[in-house]
Amino acid sequence: MKMNGADAILRSLEAEGVEVMFGIPGGAIMPTYDAMARGTTVRHVLARHEQGAGHMAQGYARASGKVGVAIATSGPGATNLVTPIADAWVDSTPLVCITGQVRTTLIGTDAFQECDIVGITMPVVKHSWLVLDVNEIPAVMKAAFHVARTGRCGPVLVDVPRDIQEAELDFSYPETVDLPGWRPPHKVHPLQIRNAADRIARAEKPVLYVGGGTINGDACDAVRELAEVGGLPVITTLMGKGAFPETHPLFFGWPGMHGTKWSNIAMNTCDVLVAVGSRFDDRVTGKLSAFAPGATVVHLDIDPAEISKLRDADIPVVGPLKLAVAELATAVAAHRDAGIPAPEAWVHRLEELRAEFPLRYGSGGDWLKPQKVMETLQELTAGEDVIFTTGVGQHQMWAMQYLLTERPRNFITSGGLGTMGYGIPAAVGAKAARPEATVICVDGDGCFQMTAQELVTAVLDDLPIIVVLVNNGFLGMVTQWQDMFFDGRRSHVGLGAEVPDYVKLAEAYGGVGILVQTEAEVEPALRAALALGRTVVIDCRVDPSEHCFPMIPAGAAAIDMVEYADPAEATP
Amino acid sequence: MRHTISVLVEDKPGALARIATMIARRGFNIESLAVGPTEREGVSCITLRVDCERHSREQIEKQIHKLVNVLRVTELAPGEAVERELLLLTVSADPERRAELVSTAEAFKARVVDLGPDSVTFELTGTPEELNAFQELARPYGIKELVRTGRVGIARASARKARRLSAIN
Repeated sequence: MKMNGADAILRSLEAEGVEVMFGIPGGAIMPTYDAMARGTTVRHVLARHEQGAGHMAQGYARASGKVGVAIATSGPGATNLVTPIADAWVDSTPLVCITGQVRTTLIGTDAFQECDIVGITMPVVKHSWLVLDVNEIPAVMKAAFHVARTGRCGPVLVDVPRDIQEAELDFSYPETVDLPGWRPPHKVHPLQIRNAADRIARAEKPVLYVGGGTINGDACDAVRELAEVGGLPVITTLMGKGAFPETHPLFFGWPGMHGTKWSNIAMNTCDVLVAVGSRFDDRVTGKLSAFAPGATVVHLDIDPAEISKLRDADIPVVGPLKLAVAELATAVAAHRDAGIPAPEAWVHRLEELRAEFPLRYGSGGDWLKPQKVMETLQELTAGEDVIFTTGVGQHQMWAMQYLLTERPRNFITSGGLGTMGYGIPAAVGAKAARPEATVICVDGDGCFQMTAQELVTAVLDDLPIIVVLVNNGFLGMVTQWQDMFFDGRRSHVGLGAEVPDYVKLAEAYGGVGILVQTEAEVEPALRAALALGRTVVIDCRVDPSEHCFPMIPAGAAAIDMVEYADPAEATP
Repeated sequence: MRHTISVLVEDKPGALARIATMIARRGFNIESLAVGPTEREGVSCITLRVDCERHSREQIEKQIHKLVNVLRVTELAPGEAVERELLLLTVSADPERRAELVSTAEAFKARVVDLGPDSVTFELTGTPEELNAFQELARPYGIKELVRTGRVGIARASARKARRLSAIN
């Protein structure tokens, strides 16, 4: 069928089953927006900043398991997408970004709104295409979606000059991709499964260290099967949060810098560490050379380059995790059936440690404690289909510690890149993916101010979200580091809790604002917000001196965690 | 330890840039890099020379292999591959020392490709070690200009089944 390149882009999105795209128009992408005006089945959500559009597409992808689509114009439109692209790269979120480019005749001339976005994003995409022939659009779009979602998920970029969008082609969408160099692993080596199962079954102190790859690889059920047949304790990373039910008896918390003490003890004293779609990030391991010193490492991953990148794997298993973990579960079950016992004493020991080192914080005093807000939020949402998103910082770590996640794709956060401002747009995207779910963004006041404009999108596009603002008037995590590691010299971290007036700001954006200053106000405010079905900002004024514990100081061994010290228990 | 890595890539825009960017970003050092066509239309070969430990070499290979345009990554192990490089060298040579210089070059089978009033330009193909040796012998005469292509290599027949490093563990 004859059509122009812009229509071909939309027909390609439709052929891929795309339901929603997030974007902002501008000069070089105008032909494609004109094609939208002619008609498409793809819903377009108009963001207020391209960074917002990108994070929305990420939130959509993480909540749905489908590929997120963001669209922007050339130059600044495209560069504003760089942060979401980099974020999606580190957190392996499948994303197709479509950018307009200046006309082919102007490329290389420093034209208005020209920038080499393919060059700029090269280190943070799986692949990218600058389309210079309109006839290539269908094949490039097909390849873009294929690359984004196969193998280790991640972002791709399709850059389309304006004249290519306007040129005519005879459109037909290909059924297969022609990518001879893209062959992600599709099966698992049986010998490696056998070796892994032998070692895991015989382990006395095993730990499953479950990361975000488990969710991307749709391997959560398989991990549960493996844990249950093997009697194996499970620890999930920030990115893996929700991959395993957090109320399950075999769930033993979160590792790393602000993970729970019992979890870090478990990780660091285990004899067999089974990494499933996790990558030994420095925020998990602390000082790498001191991490899990006695452990035999079994590493399962779709990406061969993650194997032995940081920690040497004793038994590597490369392949799709759903398949690999299911086969491993079957093999471990056979060992159990043959009489090799589950590590019950170890699980019992971990239960003792969990009881010995609970999460603690100071209570009483005049200030509302942020942890109290999280605890109340947890109580009110337990068992419901609630998607949490977060920004980055203290509030994110408290959210990890206190909000128990039962299902995959219900906790969406910026893990690897640590992008402040991720929470609000990601929540809008998640709501677009799953309108029936309640979407709550736990945000900090610093993060809020980076992307708050997307509240407008939430209101006007009927994608209501609740923002639980942990407002301490500071860039809290930086303040905590200054307090702990820079002799308390607070350098440029004070934001002021009262300016802006978040209640008025929420109202100005068309939402509802609720101010919470005391413990007693927390529950009624949350109940009201949950009942409203509108976009709500709950401004919780919390203790500005509260630190997030436990904590592994940067560069220290994970086992040397700093815990909350109750002043009342201090020896005089 | 030095390693020669041979990479077959689709001849697409940016293919070399992607490899170079990735290697730079991950902090690996390249000693030499040569690119050229192969027997297959649309397929180029990039020969990389890197100085690193085994662990880093494995990482380089795996990370290169992940790139969408990359078809194959192979290490050319010493003894299992023929490796060659081309050198062009312009040396100061006044008439009285010219004969001595040319006879030195003949020992290396270097060819004279240009003559000037006070200089000679040689072309030499050989192993990188032979090129190094010739370069050192020419140095006392005064090297005016020198360029080398970087090494290229091909597996020997005896090692045809050279381990394919498709990054499968």
